[in-house]
Amino acid sequence: MVGVDDVNLIPRGMAMKTGAPAGWSHFDHDADIGVRGTGPTLATAFEQAALALTGIITEEPVAAAQAVAITCAAPDVETLFVDWLNALVFEMATRQMLFGRYEVAIRQDGECALEGQAWGERVDRERHRPTVEVKGATFTALSVWQDANGLWRAQCIVDV
Amino acid sequence: MDVNRFTRVSETEWHVEPHGAMRVPAVLYADEDLVEAMDDKVYDQMVNVATLPGIVKASYAMPDAHWGYGFPIGGVAAFDAQKGGVISAGGVGFDISCGVRAMLTGLRAGDIEPVKDGLADALYKAVPVGVGSHGEIDLDADQMDAMLAGGAQWAVERGYGEAADLERIEEGGRMAGADPACVSDKAKKRQRREMGTLGSGNHYLEVQRVETIFDMAIAAAYGLEKGAAIVAIHCGSRGLGHQIGTEFLREMAVEAPKAGIVLPDRELACALIDSPLGQRYLGAMRAGINCALANREIIGHLTRGVFAGFFPDARLRLLFDVSHNTCKVERHRVNGEARDLYVHRKGATRAFGPGHADLPAALRDIGQPVLIGGSMGTGSYVLAGTALSEQRAFSSACHGAGRAMSRHAALRQWKGRQVVDELREKGIVIRSPSMRGVAEEAPGAYKDVGAVVDAAEKAGLAKKVAFVRPMICVKG
Repeated sequence: MVGVDDVNLIPRGMAMKTGAPAGWSHFDHDADIGVRGTGPTLATAFEQAALALTGIITEEPVAAAQAVAITCAAPDVETLFVDWLNALVFEMATRQMLFGRYEVAIRQDGECALEGQAWGERVDRERHRPTVEVKGATFTALSVWQDANGLWRAQCIVDV
Repeated sequence: MDVNRFTRVSETEWHVEPHGAMRVPAVLYADEDLVEAMDDKVYDQMVNVATLPGIVKASYAMPDAHWGYGFPIGGVAAFDAQKGGVISAGGVGFDISCGVRAMLTGLRAGDIEPVKDGLADALYKAVPVGVGSHGEIDLDADQMDAMLAGGAQWAVERGYGEAADLERIEEGGRMAGADPACVSDKAKKRQRREMGTLGSGNHYLEVQRVETIFDMAIAAAYGLEKGAAIVAIHCGSRGLGHQIGTEFLREMAVEAPKAGIVLPDRELACALIDSPLGQRYLGAMRAGINCALANREIIGHLTRGVFAGFFPDARLRLLFDVSHNTCKVERHRVNGEARDLYVHRKGATRAFGPGHADLPAALRDIGQPVLIGGSMGTGSYVLAGTALSEQRAFSSACHGAGRAMSRHAALRQWKGRQVVDELREKGIVIRSPSMRGVAEEAPGAYKDVGAVVDAAEKAGLAKKVAFVRPMICVKG
């Protein structure tokens, strides 16, 4: 794992799912910001990291009014994670939407593939008070791993 | 960063001699305090860049260097295609051709003062800023390709700017070699409604007062006088550049091992210049440069429209428009031999010295304006390229202050409203859609831009010409 100082971890959303803790956090980078998702499954970690992505842009609630389907495929699970976040960045930018709920299924049989849904609504500048737009997810501090307790974690730096 | 990791060559020059897989030395220009304040990852990243194939002379880092994506932000590296050199999407960055333009208004700061709030409101209304904003220009497929090939020249032809601006923009306002066919449909889709938008984060449009002149002769040649009001615009290639960066960073990361390029870290992803992927990236990246040049030209045009409403006789003239996230082919002398090199500047500003053939006639004897953005509370600098710049780091200088603390740390320390009120006390008017964004960009979250430019001047990277302080700051 590269460039992560756990002292800087700021726990944000915490939820219980399938009996194990799931949650997301941000971690510090000189100019930008890191997103990390944690969960009992790889898919949950990806979903939680996506919530961390939303958390960079807004701290306000986002209604799950419209669903957008996301599919990605990559040679490895870390690249898949970057692809997943970048697919969300693209959909947010072109649809002028924010997402507040995510659900993904991940298949690993040779190549890695993701099928997911992101639920959200059109950006409302008054209500969401968006802070910053995300330019893209990077390969910096990119890591997807399962810790000794069986928890999955997925993280990388995003450029803002 | 521990200064003992370097060999100190002078007060402002620090070397890492080649070791391990390094092909050339790594050279950092900064004073001791700046080096000590830097993240250790600057060392790692400048050393990593020195291992890349075809690198020439050294891997350089500027006084404002900080942790980037593979390359340090504030990194400069030149590669020779004929020696197996590479091109790196991370060495250019996500915001391709992000840069600064400065426009002379012909007005005094005292002319602005009585209308400061109204002018701030009008600029904030005219120039789309922040998340969820979009411009009035909606490009169809043909217009998009024309913009990507034509840059600021396209904007001027469409009536968004003045022909006289073009010689004051790098590359005459149009980057040659751009290939819109190398830009994905997704990147074009992302840009469709984003022409003439400022973006967010550290991007800004400011009205500034020239507060200090350091070099009277150069300032006079640039048209800068103490007490004058100028406009500065900092932004880049918007969604199109971000999408190009995203796609090519990923493709290079996946393809580099297959091409036999050994990377110390995957984030250093690159491709051989003389490869189909390298050439495709060049075509797309140059189109991204044109997008940024067109974008800043359009924002300049919108700004002129607003000023005309307040000051009908004012004529806003472009001082210069310069990028700090690019890779450009430039001729440099290396050991007495002229070579065409692919110079990456990631968070570093080109700084051509006097006599450079690429400078417009009006600036050729003086040197290129180097525009350095500081924080919204402190100020910015205008520097000039010098004869020494070429010898130091392929005619490159710093680009800004660099963050002193993370966005979260800034949020823990400041509230947006408090920052706005404190700046108003200092006579600086802020307009932004996001108070959290203002807190993240609080002046105290940035390093001392003065220390950065002092180090740049001492190191011979560029010469100080003027210090400017914001009066109005429109922030995304």
